[in-house]
Amino acid sequence: MMQIPCPFCGPRNESEFFYGGPVRPSRPDPAAVNDEDWTAWLTQVPNPLGPVQEHWWHARGCGTWLTIWRDTRTHDVVEAPDDAG
Amino acid sequence: MKQHYSALSLLRHGINRHTTWAPAWRSPPLKDHYDVIVIGAGGHGLATAYYLAKDHGLTNVAVLDRGWLGGGNIARNTITIRSNYMRDASIPFYVKSVALYEAMTRELNFNMMHSKRGMIDVIQNYPMMRDRRRRQHIMDIYGATYEQITEAEIRRRIPALTGGGPDARLPVVGGYVHTDAAINRHDAVAWGYARAIDAMGGEIHQQTPVTQLLRGPDGRIAGVETPRGVIRAPKVAVAVSGHTTTLTETVGLTLPLRTMNLTAFVSEPVKPLIDVIVNCPDAGFYLNQSDKGELVIGGAPDTGQSFRRDIKQTVFEDTVSAMLSLFPSFKKLKFLRQWGGHLDIAHDASPIQDETDVPGLFVTAGWWGGYKAIPAGGLTLAHLVATGRPHPLMEPFGINRFRHLDYVMETGTTTAR
Repeated sequence: MMQIPCPFCGPRNESEFFYGGPVRPSRPDPAAVNDEDWTAWLTQVPNPLGPVQEHWWHARGCGTWLTIWRDTRTHDVVEAPDDAG
Repeated sequence: MKQHYSALSLLRHGINRHTTWAPAWRSPPLKDHYDVIVIGAGGHGLATAYYLAKDHGLTNVAVLDRGWLGGGNIARNTITIRSNYMRDASIPFYVKSVALYEAMTRELNFNMMHSKRGMIDVIQNYPMMRDRRRRQHIMDIYGATYEQITEAEIRRRIPALTGGGPDARLPVVGGYVHTDAAINRHDAVAWGYARAIDAMGGEIHQQTPVTQLLRGPDGRIAGVETPRGVIRAPKVAVAVSGHTTTLTETVGLTLPLRTMNLTAFVSEPVKPLIDVIVNCPDAGFYLNQSDKGELVIGGAPDTGQSFRRDIKQTVFEDTVSAMLSLFPSFKKLKFLRQWGGHLDIAHDASPIQDETDVPGLFVTAGWWGGYKAIPAGGLTLAHLVATGRPHPLMEPFGINRFRHLDYVMETGTTTAR
């Protein structure tokens, strides 16, 4: 089973976590950006063949939200949050 | 067809000890120029090449595949053919696809082992019953069948469904029957199309991965790069499922697609037990029994983006525990095989089929559960590639819908959940 490194609990089984989606840039002011950038923010996320940055919630553990880089080809966690066990 | 298949031909070749069969398709040498290149010899790519030749007379067409014929997602699905969707844009398209599948055995002179056995949705909460009723009212308009049935009727028709009783956490409250639903044989779809394309003059090139799309100095698509050399064509259609963005990014094109992993697994063969497709959206799994007696079981997709082609332990465990809540007797079944496919899903969970911002480059993508859409998806893409105009059935599914925020929101209707 995939292990996700929690900064408080150390590496834990994926079944303790809820997936929180890929990391997106913060919502732009729709009036301040052009239509192309606005619809791109609404509808597109990075879809790399390789590491992707995403949120996970340690819901069945300590309850913290964390951000990892995970390789979409292997599911290896290639970069963990600081201080992760 | 060069070599018509029939009971008589079976007898004739049988008398010759089956030494006289001609190959069903050729392996011609790869040319350096075609009128149309279709990337991906999966269901959608093959159907596109078939309709390009049949409806539009375009036969100088090459279908390229990185692997072998019938080895991609056309072999990595649960062969479910159905049209119970939600939106006015979607239902007529899938009704057409179901009809084309029903006619496919005769049309391609290839036994698809089509079995129109119907699908029963087993519902375990009232909001989902309301969702099904809403779908029924819309499907009624377009001639797709959806009928409510009682819990007692479900248990009469699926005797193995013994869980979900009144004391269960999620008791079965009722269900819906989609009598149009069918299963068939996935290999036959690939082989039948390949044989028909070949007979009309099209070419299929296996072991030919496309590493890069090429643009000309005018910005139009110019061809593709493969390890077997550069192949030029004024029109290129991308029908590669999960790797769509990987390819379009080689010409700087981003699309609102995420690649995810959807998996299934198969039990040992058992006696005939279930004669319908059983879909349990609240528990989160669906299953049917193959002609060989194996139970073909699928669950929810893996949550994050993934390009893997195997099943994840968490997904497997969740699916099995969901299945056992309704079919406790399956606890003793042994499993034989598992598989996964990576597919892309668009922002609104509806397909994208359009000419892109790169003139001459077409994409057909976002076919979340695209097996059922193969014949109609090929029909419409061939129309678009040949005429430059979208087929009426595909008009709502262009890329511009994201620019106009005119989504065709099918979230929640495309898989078990």
